[in-house]
Amino acid sequence: MKKKMTTVTFKGTPEQEAQLIQVIGEYKNTKGALMPVLQKAQAIYGYLPLEVQKIVAEGMDVSLAEIYGVITFYSQFLLNPKGDVAIDVCMGTACYVRGAGDILDKISGSLGVKSGETSDDGRYSLEGVRCIGACGLAPVITINGSVYGRLKLGEVDKILDKYKEKNI
Amino acid sequence: MKINNLADLNALKEEANKRLEVKWKTKIVVGMATCGMAAGATPVMNALKEEIAAGKLENIEVSQVGCIGLCEYEPIIEVFEEGKENNRVTYVKMDAEKAKEVIKTHIAGGKIAEAYTIGAGGEDNISSIENTQFYKHQQRISLRNCGVIDPENIEDYIAGDGYFALAKVLNGMSREDVIKLLKDSGLRGRGGGGFPTGLKWEFAFKQDSDKKYVCCNADEGDPGAFMDRSILEGDPHSVVEAMAIAGYAVGSDEGYIYIRAEYPVAVKRLGIAIDQAKKMGLLGKDIMGSGFNFDLEIRLGAGAFVCGEETALITSIEGNRGEPRPRPPFPAVKGLFGKPTILNNVETYANIGQIILNGADWFSGLGTEKSKGTKVFALGGKITNTGLVEIPMGMTLRKVVGEIGGGIPNGKKFKAAQTGGPSGGCIPASLFDTPIDYDNLTAIGSMMGSGGLIVMDEDTCMVDIAKYFLDFTVDESCGKCGPCRIGTKRMYELLEKITSGNGEEEDLDKLEELGAHIKSASLCGLGQTAPNPVLSTMKYFRDEYISHVKDKKCAAGVCKSLLSYIILEDKCIGCTACKKVCPTEAISGERKEAHAIDQSKCIKCDACVQKCKFGAIIKR
Repeated sequence: MKKKMTTVTFKGTPEQEAQLIQVIGEYKNTKGALMPVLQKAQAIYGYLPLEVQKIVAEGMDVSLAEIYGVITFYSQFLLNPKGDVAIDVCMGTACYVRGAGDILDKISGSLGVKSGETSDDGRYSLEGVRCIGACGLAPVITINGSVYGRLKLGEVDKILDKYKEKNI
Repeated sequence: MKINNLADLNALKEEANKRLEVKWKTKIVVGMATCGMAAGATPVMNALKEEIAAGKLENIEVSQVGCIGLCEYEPIIEVFEEGKENNRVTYVKMDAEKAKEVIKTHIAGGKIAEAYTIGAGGEDNISSIENTQFYKHQQRISLRNCGVIDPENIEDYIAGDGYFALAKVLNGMSREDVIKLLKDSGLRGRGGGGFPTGLKWEFAFKQDSDKKYVCCNADEGDPGAFMDRSILEGDPHSVVEAMAIAGYAVGSDEGYIYIRAEYPVAVKRLGIAIDQAKKMGLLGKDIMGSGFNFDLEIRLGAGAFVCGEETALITSIEGNRGEPRPRPPFPAVKGLFGKPTILNNVETYANIGQIILNGADWFSGLGTEKSKGTKVFALGGKITNTGLVEIPMGMTLRKVVGEIGGGIPNGKKFKAAQTGGPSGGCIPASLFDTPIDYDNLTAIGSMMGSGGLIVMDEDTCMVDIAKYFLDFTVDESCGKCGPCRIGTKRMYELLEKITSGNGEEEDLDKLEELGAHIKSASLCGLGQTAPNPVLSTMKYFRDEYISHVKDKKCAAGVCKSLLSYIILEDKCIGCTACKKVCPTEAISGERKEAHAIDQSKCIKCDACVQKCKFGAIIKR
C-alpha cells in the first residue's frame, strides 16, 4: 500500500498519552510486542502520526526508523486519520467479478474522493480494501463498520445519502 | 468447573448432552457468522426471541451458530424437532417479520411455514438443507460443528466429543504415537502448499531444544477464501484443541495464533474459546492432570498478504516488518524467536481432533491416492449457490460447480474457475472433469491454495482478471527481492498496455518470459507463484489475449478502452432517458426518434446502459 505523509495537525491530549504509556508498560515483558503496541496506539489516537511514533520509540527503546518501517509495511497502520464516514469497498475476487470496481468508481465520483484518500474537510474517506470474507454477499461495501451487501450501482447514492447528515 | 481428568470430561459431556437433547423441546438456531450478520441475522434473532416471549411459548431453545454454509440464502434459521417427520426445517432469506411468522405458523401452529423454506417454490418441495443438492454431496469433517453448535459455549463443543482427542492423546499415547498416526493418515497442509503435516511435526519433534513453538496461520489473505474465518467463527475450540495436541506431540508449551485483524468476529470468538479452555484447565498448567503445560496467545495481523507465507508470518509475530527469509533453515528447525516451530493452517488443525478419535485408516480411506480426506472450498463469483462446501478430495469440478454450486445464474455460459487466489490459475471448461486434488491442480497450472473457488462466466475478461491479480501482487509484494518487486510490476505494466488497447504481439512473449524468470528466481512463495494467474490464462485463453492485441477487442465487454457504446436504432424508442443521464452530453436525438452516441465525447461511464429500459444500448 502506498502511504502518504501525515497531513493533519496533531491534536493529541495528555490523557491519550498517559493511556499509551500505560499500554507500553503492560507489554514490557512481552516478546515481539511492537505490533500489538502499535495496534493499541492506533486504537487510542485513530492513526499513528510522528508524535505518537516518538512516544512508542522512547517507551519501547526501539529506533524511530524501525517503527516507521513497520508502520509503512502494514496496510492497516494509518499515517492519516480516516474520515468521519469511512467507506471501504471490498475488492476481493468474488466482489470484483461482480462489479466492485464500478462501485468504487461510482462512490469516488459521487463524493469527489479518490480511493485511498480522505476528503479535505475530513468528512469522507474511501478505500478499496482486501477481501473481507463476505463473498456470498458480493459486491460488499462497509461504511463505519455497517455492511451493505449484494449492492447494485443504482443503490449507491441512496446509501450515501444516509450519511449526509452532519451528526453521523 | 475445572476438568482434572477424563472422568470429569465425561461427566461434563453427559451433562451438556442432556441440556442439548431435543427430545423434550424445540431448538432453533440462527446462522451468525460474519456473512449471516451482514445479511441481517441480528434483527432476526431478536424477533424470534420477542415472538417466543410474546406467545409465552415454552421449551424452546434459541441459539446462535456459525456458518451454515449457504451464504446466498442468509440470514438462515433452522428448526429442530425430535420425533417429527420433518425434524429439521431450514428457513432462508429471513427478516424480522418472516421470523415472527415462522414462530406463529411453525412453532405455535405446528405447520411448516412453506413460503420461506429452502425449497419454497421448487418442484420437490424440500424443507431441509440436508436434502438439497448443495448439501447432499458434502462430507463435513473440519466444518462438522459449523452451523451446529454455539461457538461461544465450550459445553456445546464438549457434548460432541470435543477435547476428547486431547484427552486420548494425554492418556496413553506417546508423542511418537501421535506423530505416526498423523503420518499414516496422509493429512496434508490445507493452507495451499500441501506439505504432509505429520512429517512437519516429526521434524520439530526431533529437534533438541529448550523451547519450541506451535503456531496457527489464520492470516487468510487469498481474496475469495473464507473457510478459515468460518471455522474460527463456528468452531474455534477445534483449533485450540488441535494446537494443544500439536504442543504435546512436538514438545512445546506455548503457541501463537496469527489472525487477520479484518476478521473481528473470529478474533472475538477465538478469544472467548481460549478463556473458556483456560478456566476449565484444558489449557494452561498440568492439563487434565497429565503434567503437560500448554498456553495460547492471539496475535493480530495488520494487513499484509505476504504474512501468510510462513517465514514472513514468524517475522511478523516477532514484531518486525513481515518479510520472508530464505529456507533452509526451515521453521521446524529454526523458527519463531530462533526456536523450532511448527506452523499449520486453521483448516489443517480442524481435521486433527477427528483423525485422533477416528484413526488414520478412517481418514486415509477418504479422498484420492495422494490427497487424503476432504477439502473446504469457498464457492463465489458467478455461481448460483455461493457458499462454503466441504467435499472429499477427487470430486470433479463439474460436480462442484454444476451440482453443488447449482450452475451459473442468468443463463450465462461457464468460462473458467479460479482456484488458489493470486497464486493460482484459471481452469477452463475443457478441464471440467479433472478430479480436484493437490497434484492434479498443480499439473494443470493452478494450485489448491487455501480453497477459494471463484467461478467466471462469459462476461468476465480473462486478461482483466490476470491484471486484477497482478495488481494485487504488485501491491502486496514486500519488496525484499528484486524478481518479485520489479518483475510483477513490469508484468502489470504489460497487461495495462494490452487492456488499454496499445498491446503488441511481442508483449505476449515478454509476459511469458518474465513470468518464467519470476517463478524461478523469487525468494518466497508469493513471488514464485505470482505469475500463475497470467500464465494459466495465457495457456487456456490465448485467443482472448490475441484479440485484445490484434483486433483491439474485448469480447467480454470489460476493458473499457476497447469498447464503444452504440445505440441500436431498432430498439431505441426515443424516450430521452439516456440523453438526460449522460454527463458529457454525448447523446443526441429528438424525442420518439432513435438516439445516437458521439464517440468522441463518450467517456464510457456506463450510465446510459443502466438507465435504458429497452436494452437498446450495447457495448462492443
